[in-house]
Formats: sequence, structure tokens, C-alpha cells
Amino acid sequence: MSILFTNARLIDPEAGTESLGWLLVKDGVIAATGSETAMPKADEQVECTGACLAPGIVDIGVKVCEPGERHKESYKSAGMAAAAGGVTTMVTRPDTLPTIDTPEVLSFALRRANEAAPVNVLPMAALTKGREGLEMTEIGFLMDAGAVAFTDCDRVISNTKVFSRALTYARSLGALVIAHPQEPILSEGAAVTSGKFASLRGLPAVTAMAERMGLDRDIALLEMTGAAYHADQITTARALPALARAKRNGLNITAGTSIHHLTLNEMDVANYRTFFKVKPPLRAEDDRQAVIAALRDGTIDVISSMHTPQDEESKRLPYEEAASGAVALETLLPAALRLYHAEDLSLPQLFRAMALNPAKRLGLDAGRLCAGAPADLVLFNPDTPIVLDRFKLKSKSKNTPFDGARMQGKVLGTYVAGQPVFEAP
Amino acid sequence: MTYSHSHLLGIEPLAPPDITAILDLADQYADLNRRDVKHSDALAGLTQINMFFENSTRTQASFELAGKRLGADVMSMAMQASSIKKGETLIDTALTLNAMHPDLLVVRHPHSGAVDLLSEKVNCAVLNAGDGRHEHPTQALLDALTIRRAKGRLHRLNIAICGDIAHSRVARSNIMLLGKMENRVRLIGPPTLMPSGIADFGVEVFEDMEAGLKDVDVVMMLRLQRERMDGGFIPSEREYYHRYGLDAEKLSHAKEDAIVMHPGPMNRGVEIDGELADDINRSVIQQQVEMGVAVRMAAMDLLARNLLARRQAQTGVMV
Repeated sequence: MSILFTNARLIDPEAGTESLGWLLVKDGVIAATGSETAMPKADEQVECTGACLAPGIVDIGVKVCEPGERHKESYKSAGMAAAAGGVTTMVTRPDTLPTIDTPEVLSFALRRANEAAPVNVLPMAALTKGREGLEMTEIGFLMDAGAVAFTDCDRVISNTKVFSRALTYARSLGALVIAHPQEPILSEGAAVTSGKFASLRGLPAVTAMAERMGLDRDIALLEMTGAAYHADQITTARALPALARAKRNGLNITAGTSIHHLTLNEMDVANYRTFFKVKPPLRAEDDRQAVIAALRDGTIDVISSMHTPQDEESKRLPYEEAASGAVALETLLPAALRLYHAEDLSLPQLFRAMALNPAKRLGLDAGRLCAGAPADLVLFNPDTPIVLDRFKLKSKSKNTPFDGARMQGKVLGTYVAGQPVFEAP
Repeated sequence: MTYSHSHLLGIEPLAPPDITAILDLADQYADLNRRDVKHSDALAGLTQINMFFENSTRTQASFELAGKRLGADVMSMAMQASSIKKGETLIDTALTLNAMHPDLLVVRHPHSGAVDLLSEKVNCAVLNAGDGRHEHPTQALLDALTIRRAKGRLHRLNIAICGDIAHSRVARSNIMLLGKMENRVRLIGPPTLMPSGIADFGVEVFEDMEAGLKDVDVVMMLRLQRERMDGGFIPSEREYYHRYGLDAEKLSHAKEDAIVMHPGPMNRGVEIDGELADDINRSVIQQQVEMGVAVRMAAMDLLARNLLARRQAQTGVMV
């Protein structure tokens, strides 16, 4: 079975290029690419009419609310949302009810994922039992069961002894640890970032410095333990020099940031709009600009959706009581394209951060357009204008900060192992 | 001049003419309140519900009296005792009350922004009686009226606000109102009780009380909450009183005719000397309470006029 994509604008994050050409898929794997001349024959042909063809997005940190809160998001609904958003691999979070912290719960989640989700699902497991920061989980067994990384999600392991032992143990097994750099006491109860806006709204706030404090501690622990570490979200200018230094010093560290911190700032909260409440809170515009620059120069490696479904009840509350998080599987690409249209980042740079780098960090072959890579692809038009309607999202939860937003970029088709999992109507 | 909004959620959205409209009408009500027969029919037939999700005696009494003097049917509900305990959400409570067709809803809530949220879900006029650390607009308005009556104007005055600015909704509303009316606002207090980014508010910040009080026309003291005195924000009550408590000596640095204000309830001997608070030549604390009723009458009257005009525009008939 072979498919030939013709007349496509090929976005190759590995080579850092975009060029018009064709791409041949054979048996679920990319067989060859080339320019317009000397096109091979195939069973099926997809005429792309100049639309972009890029490696499918590998999204680290997707929350699917199974087990426990299927009314917010199931593997089926999250998978459909991912497919519609060009996400071909969801790397899912363990902050479910109960926590995914045993091989048994992990197997359950993985079985549900394989039954219901049309895209690849790679589960992460908790680093400590119940994400309580006290005892490490069965990292070895969980890896055998399919865990690709270990994280307590937005909870910081404040006991440094526990965290250093978990990092040491994880290193011996070659496991990747993903952490949330944050000083836990300073950030306790915070709903916004300290500053004029926070004071104007009278909301409990955390200083942007708390992120750097958390990162500084984690970097010291990495020097001690030599573990493989990924910071889930770096969102402030103040944390960046420490991150760059740690990389220069050869520590096994990478960092991500969320699409919301790249495209929104604290002022967007405006009149207590709880759909803009995320964790860590949205930052000042200077921080947003610094994070974009860090993506450009490679200090920050990964863009994630940090997809976090919340039902209406948990958002229709006073701001400090409302739940944090936003759905973003379907808005990740159009929001990221804002950076392209603003000439902050090129398309290959964007897909390096959304596909190649996350895949590399997890040891996957995906995220590339070269022969031999899995044919996980997204075909999209970067210029099509859309007005986002949250009720048309495929996620069960509709908590997006982009409701009513004018965006550019439309996914035309998503392919997993060469098979279409989404085609625009 | 008229008041152009359908709610009174804070000072931030108001323009100077809105503020002046409330104060001018409140002036008339202040005079009415000093007569033997203190009654008007401005709110006759209308229903006012006071929902206090946080303890309050003074503000609630003031709103209740204001409504009754204007002839409204007033009901006060102590919310922490009822539905909150049963797990009902704020919005459900609002919708339940909304179904009873109130015309004026007076709300106090411990969380910032809660009153804004509630105002989106009901179709009556909402008055913010204090939300978290956000705003307390009627307090700022009654302070403004007190100043205007004592000083003869509400512009080009040097006004010092002293104490726990960080946790105070009264301070936020006052900073905004006094700034909008073109006064020079100084904030005085220990840096642990100053909000972040405060320098961007168009105010001068002082850590030294004497320097801050130099030549001011008005001294506004803020209440220091008991729970802030435990060593977390300030070392002790006595050190705070020594450095930031207002007494005759510190007040001597202000202008000779400077007035002293306090939103109450006072901690005598913590933020203010008891004798000074009672000095009728300097302290206008009792006038503040008196103006509170007048300002709330004016605000509710103006909101009710707008509400009735809006309903009339919708239905096309007189209500």
C-alpha cells in the first residue's frame, strides 16, 4: 500500500527547510521525498495544491481524563481532537483519578487508548505514588508496561531527598523525568503573576522568580544525579539564563513551554476570565517575548499544548477558586501559526519544537520527513482564516481561551502511519 | 450629569462625571438624613437583596438603612450560614435569587472578581459591597464625599493612605477614585504590606511615616487585620504602632488643618491613637459613617433610575 503526496510544501524541521515537492509513503513509513521531477508511482495520490505537509505534532503533556473523569475528556474525544489538530502522538499525563502510578492502572489506560484513540498514545507515569512526593513509583515495571516518561505533573516534589533519590533511580534505568519547576511555597494558592495587573485585580499572586528558584534547585539536583530531565514549562525571562547555563555545562536537560504562554499574556485575563487561568499563570509581555526568543535560539526545545480539559462547573467560579488549565489540542497549530505570521518563528522552527524535538527527547523516530520515519503527517494551510467557536471543538470540555479568536491555519488532513485519521470536511 | 452604568462593581470603570453624579446626589441625601422625617420614595416598590458572603455589620447596616430610607423592600441574607454550606455554587445562588426578581443586589464576597461574575448572570443592578482584595467602591465614594465636604473640593489635594495597602480593597478603590479626580496620592506602609507593581499606579510610595505625611491635606488610615500581626508581615503589634500608628506627633507633620479618616472598625492603639480618633477637630471618622448611608442611597437611586429606563426601553411601556 503506497500513497504519494504531490505538490506539497514540505516542512522539514530536521533540515530546517521548506520546499515544494512530493512525499511517498509505503507501508506506513515515509519511503522517499523529492522535488517535482521524477515522481514515483503509487496506489493512491493526494494532490496537496501547495499546502504544507509537515511531520505530525508530538504533544508532551496531554491530559486525558481517563480513568476518573471521563465526562471531561475520554481517549476517544481527546484522540479525535488531536487528529483534528494535527497531533499524531499524544504523550499523556498521569494526573488522573486515580493517579497512573502502577503498571495495572497504566495498562488500563493504554488499553482504553488503543481501543478508542485514532492517534498514537504514549503514556507517562507518576514519579511518586499518588503524586504525593513521598515514595517513588515502580519505575522499572512502569517502563516495561509502556511508560515513556515520569512526572508528577504540576506538583513539585518539595522533599529534596525524595526527589534526588527518584532522579538517581530513574537515571539507572535511563528513564526521563519531567518536572514542573516552581518554588512550591511561594506559588501556593497563586492565581496570577505578581505585578501591577495582579494588584489591580486583587488576586493572590506568585512572583515570576519562583520559577527560576524551582529550576535552580532542579539543576543542582541534576548535577548531583546525572538524570535525564525535562522542564515541562519554562515561561519567564528570569529562568532562561539558568537553563542556558545548565545546557552549556552538559547536563541532560531540555525544556518545554506551553502554547498559551507563547501567545497570551497576563493582561488577557482582563475581567477575571477564568478560561485564561492556567498553571503556571500567564506572564508579562516581556516574559512572553523572552520565551519566544529562547525557542528561536534553541534554549527552549519543545512547545506543548498542556491540554487540560475542565468542565464548565469548575471554571464558572470566582477566579481564585476556578480550576486551572485549558484545552488546546485543536488550537495548538493555529495558535502556533500566530508566531509564524508574526515572523517570530519559521515553519521548520515551529515543527522542530512541536514534532522533532519532543520525538527526539522520547527516543521516537517520529517528527521527521526523511525516508524511514513513520508516516505521521499533518497537511495544513497556514493562511486560511478561522474564527474559533469553542462549541465546535471535538474535546468534551470546551475551556479554550481562544473562543471567538481570529486565527489563521486550518488542518486539511492528519495521517498516522500513512492512514488518514482526519480529513477536513 | 448622570451616572452611565448599570452596575456599581468598582471605581475602575467609572469616569469622573459618574463619580460627581453620585456625590452630588449623595449631598442631597445627606441633608435629608439630618431631618426628622428621613424618607423618600425613590425606590418605592423595588426589592433590594443584600447578600453578604463575608461577615459585616457596618456596611450591611448602612446598605439596609439606605434602602429603607428610599422606600425599597429590603432583605438581608447572611450567606455563609446558608447555601454555601450546602455546596451550592455562587452562580446557582445568583440564579435562584434572580428568579425572585430583585431590582438591586448588594453583594460582598471574600473572593476578588466574584461580584463581577455574579453581575453577568442576573438582570438587576448589582452593587459591590466589597470583593476580596479587589474593590469596595461605596467606601471610596463615601470617603470622597467626606473629603469634599470637609475640604470644599475633591481635586488638587495631597492625600496619604497608610497601612496594609496589599490586602485592602478600600485602598485600591480609593487610589483609583482619588487619582481619577486629580489628587496626589501617597501610600505609606512597610514594604511587606505594599502590593507588587504599586509604583505603576501613579502614586508616591513612602516607607517612612513622617516623610510621607509631610504637608498632606488628608490622612487615611487602614485597618490592620489581626491575622497579619503574627510576625508574617510585620514583627509585632507594638513595633507597627511605633513606626506606623497615627498619633499627634506624627500627625504634626501633616498640614495644620489635615483631616484624619478611618474606614473602621478601628484597632485603637495599633494603627491609630484612641484620643486622636475621637478628636472632633481632626477626625472625620463619624462623618464617614454618616456619608456612607447618603452615598449608598445615591448609588442605589441612580442605578434604579437606569434599570427602570432600560426596562422601559425594552418593553416600550412605563413601569
